[in-house]
Amino acid sequence: MKTRVSLGRRARAEWREARPPRALWPVLALPGVGWLCVFFVVPFYAVIAIAAGGVDEFAEPVPEWNPLQWNGSLILDGFRGVLPGGDQSNAMQRTVQYVSLALFACYLIGYPVAYYVARLGGRRKGMLLLLLLAPFWISYLMRMLAWLNLLQTDGYVNDVAAVLPFVSPTNWLDGRWYTVVFGLVYGYLPFFVLPLYSALDRIDQRLIEASRDLGIGPIATFRRVTLPLSRQGLLAAGAITALPMFGDYYTQDLLSQSPSTSMIGNQINTFLRSGASKQTGAALVLVLSMFLAILMAYYLWSTNAASTEVR
Amino acid sequence: MTTRAATDASKDSAQISGSSGIRRRSISDWYADPFRRPRTLAAITWAYIAWSLLPILITIRISFNEGRSRSSFQGWSAKWWTGPGDSLLHNPDLSNAMRNSVKLAVLTMVIATPIGVALSLGLARWRGFGRRPANMLMLIPLVTPELVMGGALLLVFTELLRSIGLGQTAQLIGHVTFTISYVVVITRGRLFTIGRDVEEAAQDLGATPLQAIRTVLLPMMAPAVFTSAMIVFATSLDDFVISAWLASDVSDETVPIRIYSAAKRAPTPSLNALATFMMVCTFAAIALGMVLPRVLRRGEKAARGSSVEEFAALDL
Repeated sequence: MKTRVSLGRRARAEWREARPPRALWPVLALPGVGWLCVFFVVPFYAVIAIAAGGVDEFAEPVPEWNPLQWNGSLILDGFRGVLPGGDQSNAMQRTVQYVSLALFACYLIGYPVAYYVARLGGRRKGMLLLLLLAPFWISYLMRMLAWLNLLQTDGYVNDVAAVLPFVSPTNWLDGRWYTVVFGLVYGYLPFFVLPLYSALDRIDQRLIEASRDLGIGPIATFRRVTLPLSRQGLLAAGAITALPMFGDYYTQDLLSQSPSTSMIGNQINTFLRSGASKQTGAALVLVLSMFLAILMAYYLWSTNAASTEVR
Repeated sequence: MTTRAATDASKDSAQISGSSGIRRRSISDWYADPFRRPRTLAAITWAYIAWSLLPILITIRISFNEGRSRSSFQGWSAKWWTGPGDSLLHNPDLSNAMRNSVKLAVLTMVIATPIGVALSLGLARWRGFGRRPANMLMLIPLVTPELVMGGALLLVFTELLRSIGLGQTAQLIGHVTFTISYVVVITRGRLFTIGRDVEEAAQDLGATPLQAIRTVLLPMMAPAVFTSAMIVFATSLDDFVISAWLASDVSDETVPIRIYSAAKRAPTPSLNALATFMMVCTFAAIALGMVLPRVLRRGEKAARGSSVEEFAALDL
């Protein structure tokens, strides 16, 4: 940057001509872009082709690779399926309910935790962060296994429940919605806390101090300074947690297994993998990803805005 | 004494907190004091940390059980780790899963890291048409739910690329696909802090663009590349959905798949041993990825914050 200022216009033009061939950078990007085209874009195209292609007499999908021949009504059937009255409406409704409840719990627990570590951690900040990061790198399946062990009828949760006045020992694992929601909260809270932490960490302490110096009370300061400044982080954390929750099926599978708590992910799993109907499964994947595209777009847009702000 | 303090407080609260710390303060003073200790928040945080990690510690403890209970402690023994019969060392299903997981993670790391570093270099310097779409293409896999990606890959390997089919090759391709973007995001940050100056200096001194990358840029990026390789290794090791959906049969089971399939059928503590072992591997990789670059970079001017903080600030 500095050289550019000191050079005259003529010299600058000459200098620019000696720059590396512009083709070098796209060529470096090529393997990665190519890989993602073949194994990310094409698979997604295959989903549409199968969802819009119909089935043969053995219920096997007949992919339709030509977009002009796509049968739009099959995709519309997929959409109708998840709307009230459709085949998948119960699963979809449950998914939305469970994810909303779990997200609400994430906000309730995650915000104080992220706030404390980011703004009041003090000397212990490094250690606290390490402890917050630890679950991030423990396999999700191991963390579910941990609760599967604890929630057995003869497990430690029931030992505690026997002592407490307001809960009684229960078989937590035979299809209870609250166990599934609990599992979702436990599973995804670390993913919620981290982005929120980095957003709260960026808030300028002087703004909060200025508000207090001007005689604003703690609650009003929180409501009028801290909360508006953390809005971006709250929304981004919510989006990045909601996305995998909507695509979750294993939490339900491990902690409940009952069809009465099955989520949309379980339906997709059944249709695609036990060979029930790949065409229906593909249509559901398409519907789910269109539904989630809003969240994905929002998250990408907000992180992109945040990172250009920093630079 | 107490009443006097209270009346004083109502007159002028600032005076109280300023001059006399001995006097007992009223609740409203305590509430208005911006320097009071955040006990409630601290309690919530520590409770959360205990809640998130205690179950894991119990799981580890149970892997050392003497009996076969998976829900309560029964004396100490290492038989589920090394004993004869059903143990981590001698149960062929468990060791097979472990072998598959490590093999998959190493291969993913070896393939995804170079592709990702090249893509990161390309995207950081490339100006003009094609950069923005390519950048989008790189970012979208980061936010796509695994179920959607797994479903799409499953369909493409069973309906279009049938010659590859399901199995370990498909698993490898799937893992590389979703880890490339991680490498880009991690190394890109480093690339921005390095800036273009050194590279341009190298070229002014007569290096060709490729030489400048190889002899100047890549060595400077090495710590970030190493970190990203370790993160790819750990992510691949922990992945469940993509591995499960692209597996063809039991012989392709990785550790998370094994945990999933065995957890539902009254498992023994050997499953806990397997999970614990895998957790140790992941932690080792992540610790290495965080510590080693710090050691390598010691010569440079001190980076702000601890490595943990740097790690947490990563926007994945």
